Amino acid sequence: MENKPILEIKNLVVEYRTDDGIVQALNGLDLSIQPGETHGLVGETGAGKTTAGLGILKLIPDPPGVVVDGEIYLDGKNVMVASDKEMESMRGYDVSMIFQDPMTSLNPVMTVEDQIAEVYELHEDISQADSLKKTHEILELVGIPAERGNEYPHQFSGGMKQRVVIAMALAGNPKLLIADEPTTALDVTIQAQVLGMMKDLKDKYNTAMLMITHDLGIVAEVCDKVSVIYAGRIVEQGNLVDIFDNTRHPYTEGLFNSLPNLADRTQKLKPIKGLMPDPSNLPTGCPFHPRCDYVMEICSKVKPPRVYRDGAHYVECHLYNEENIKKGGVIERD
Amino acid sequence: MEKIKPKIYKKKGPIVEVFLRLAKNKTAILGLIIVAILIIAALAAPFIFDYDDVIIKQNISNRLQSPSKDNWFGTDDLGRDIFARIVYGSRISLRVSFTAVAIALLIGGFLGAIGGYYGGMLDNIIMRFMDVFLAIPGTLFAITIAAALGNNIRNLIIALSISSIPGFARILRSSVITVRDVEFIEAARAIGANDARIILNHVIPNSLAPVIVHTTLNVATIILTIAGLSFLGLGIAPPAPEWGSMLSSGRTYLIGHSYITAFPGFAIMITILALNLLGDGLRDALDPRLK
Amino acid sequence: MWKYILKRLLYLIPVLFGVTLLVFLIMSVAPGDPAKVILGEQATPEAIEQLRVELGLDDPVLVQYMRYATGLLKGDMGMSYKSKDPVAVEIVARIPTTLKLTLSATLIAVLVAIPLGIFAAVKQNTLFDGLSMFIALLGISIPIFWLGLMLLVLFSQRLGWFPSSGAASWKSFILPGVALGFHSMASIARITRSSMLEVIRQDYIRTARSKGMPYRDVITKHALPNALIPTITVTGLQIGALMAGSVLTETVFSLPGIGRLIINSIQGRDIPVVLGCILVFTIGFSVVNLLVDLLYAYVDPRIKAQYT
Repeated sequence: MENKPILEIKNLVVEYRTDDGIVQALNGLDLSIQPGETHGLVGETGAGKTTAGLGILKLIPDPPGVVVDGEIYLDGKNVMVASDKEMESMRGYDVSMIFQDPMTSLNPVMTVEDQIAEVYELHEDISQADSLKKTHEILELVGIPAERGNEYPHQFSGGMKQRVVIAMALAGNPKLLIADEPTTALDVTIQAQVLGMMKDLKDKYNTAMLMITHDLGIVAEVCDKVSVIYAGRIVEQGNLVDIFDNTRHPYTEGLFNSLPNLADRTQKLKPIKGLMPDPSNLPTGCPFHPRCDYVMEICSKVKPPRVYRDGAHYVECHLYNEENIKKGGVIERD
Repeated sequence: MEKIKPKIYKKKGPIVEVFLRLAKNKTAILGLIIVAILIIAALAAPFIFDYDDVIIKQNISNRLQSPSKDNWFGTDDLGRDIFARIVYGSRISLRVSFTAVAIALLIGGFLGAIGGYYGGMLDNIIMRFMDVFLAIPGTLFAITIAAALGNNIRNLIIALSISSIPGFARILRSSVITVRDVEFIEAARAIGANDARIILNHVIPNSLAPVIVHTTLNVATIILTIAGLSFLGLGIAPPAPEWGSMLSSGRTYLIGHSYITAFPGFAIMITILALNLLGDGLRDALDPRLK
Repeated sequence: MWKYILKRLLYLIPVLFGVTLLVFLIMSVAPGDPAKVILGEQATPEAIEQLRVELGLDDPVLVQYMRYATGLLKGDMGMSYKSKDPVAVEIVARIPTTLKLTLSATLIAVLVAIPLGIFAAVKQNTLFDGLSMFIALLGISIPIFWLGLMLLVLFSQRLGWFPSSGAASWKSFILPGVALGFHSMASIARITRSSMLEVIRQDYIRTARSKGMPYRDVITKHALPNALIPTITVTGLQIGALMAGSVLTETVFSLPGIGRLIINSIQGRDIPVVLGCILVFTIGFSVVNLLVDLLYAYVDPRIKAQYT
């Protein structure tokens, strides 16, 4: 089912230029999402995940953010050359974003229903009464009683606020939904509820989704495809099964090993050693080499090329070539 | 209202760190340089100009001279050199304002700190007392006290410091309350440090940032108030070369000799400007999140 | 909400008694016998003594204060030592001038400052931003009375556009209003800019933009209401400063307002009038502060929730 992708990002390079130096947030990001597909973007904090999401909306704060290179096509339209007006008509309507922290993502001095109704008023030729009616419908849809619509955000719990944020993002019935760590700020029990709801709604409207997360559990639950991002670049990409069952990149491997194994609790966690590199001073060659257990001499000198296992699954790692990648990882997995 | 939250330093060398941040801020450095020049001028003035001979001695034959090579800022209605009087005037402005601020800081700071630290009744009494002071619009209070007590430097200092006490009490109280319950204070309490020790060694140092900023800006306010009071004839009486009273004495000669009024005004303005630049810079340097 | 307002007004009563007691005490320790000041240097000791008894100045300070306070409770502010008129009459006659002056200064300050602050923040680090913040910095540094004098020289004496004294027409309040309001304008503009800058960086601004709202609308509909909260605080404080500043401005422009009255009365040791003026300023300031708090509740539902 290879048809026209809803989102295509090619070689996106974004820098934040501050007084303290240049932070390389994205270093040639490639990503594409088909209609209705859910794509997981997985990585640690500071890997450039949120920048990627904002880049699609053309909302990277400038200054200090500068898009140095790359192309973004949203439903066929070139975002990079789109005017402010064109972007405004796409935001909230063709593409919308659920932000990480529901506590700070809502305007504290505006009622919840007014904030949602704005989406309709901005994108549809609609009367105020109708937009309010639609707002109440979508509130009910995300599980909030319509009569609570005239309350203010501070009267809602965290989980409820996130439902409001989700309602707002879904109001325009977008073709692409960017969800930036939508459940991280929530309690575990609420997380499951919200995630379940998102999944249902997405299926109902056949919305494509970019799920930005650091949580492999969420990825396993909702994603069709997965990209693992490290220091602003995708190091491994493939279908869900490729990533989970045919893991190739040492970093992806490390992410899995950092998770506790509930079946065998005597097994020790093997967290990835070291910390994310300073993005204003990235290591040469493969940026992961200082933390990699399989580091070779070449890794610090040459950027690893992309090696494909099949049409969908690739890694960027010097451990692999066309031959050995098919056979299975040189990395032994417990 | 700009919230000034105390920055809690964990790393060593916070003073160096703050200074480095301050040094990056060009306007703050400009303010610092001007303030430094003023202080030097105030200290050096008696060695450059003879008080009796140059500053207050009347010289009628030389009166109302426009600015020239001999009299950079001209001469006033009594023939005195305005430049010399302005330079000498910095002594009064700085001495009075520094003293008044120091007193206000000590008393207001003490009241605010113990109120904030102990809370309860004591805090309540102190703050209700401060409410009464704060209910009277700022400088109006200083005007009343200064006017009632009569104009000399000591009374002026009393008036200015009393009207500045509530501000300092408030600032210290709120920053003490924010740090009071922070973990390291609880830790200090847990190892048996007594209250006085905790206040002196832990609470006060961590409340310093807002206090330093407020102090700098308060000096500016007080210098403005001194000039205002003297302008009304309630501050420092002639013939002392106080900027506000110099400015006031030029009022009669506004037409034709507006420089008599203009130059002392510039002196006040530049001083206040410098203190504000420095204060803003300090705030940014002490609390980078506010930038 | 009404309960809150009532509570605040009731709390004002003890504060006002505190204020009057404070001023009473200050005036009583002050050197200079009112009777002597009123009668002049040549008065005989007998005449002075007689006036002292007449004015009740021979009683202990606290007795004098109690007498004043009971009068105040009945709405009586006493008689002026000098003119023998009721203090209330003297003050009421001068309120319009001071009110017009402070109102025009407030209007000038707010109407200029808020747009200036917003534009400076939105156009951060541009020439406009730099220029307007430089003007604001000058504004907080210029002494009111000096600015007043310079405006007088330029616009009234050189150009003859405005009268130099008196309160005859609205024109008389333009220069004093600018002189008095400039300082507040500067403070309000600075706080508006900095709170606007703070708000623009908030997540909910990004949310609003992600809905597809044009940036202009995001600024006016989402950023401004949030940024106004600190602006309102500073404006309230500035109105207090304006009242104090009116003393200086009325002196410079020879306006017959309460500010002039208080200075003359202090110099003449006319204690009841001084107390009356301070009382009026304090009530005015307190009412402004109450209005500010109510305005908060209007713009910020979180604060409103605390009041009910």
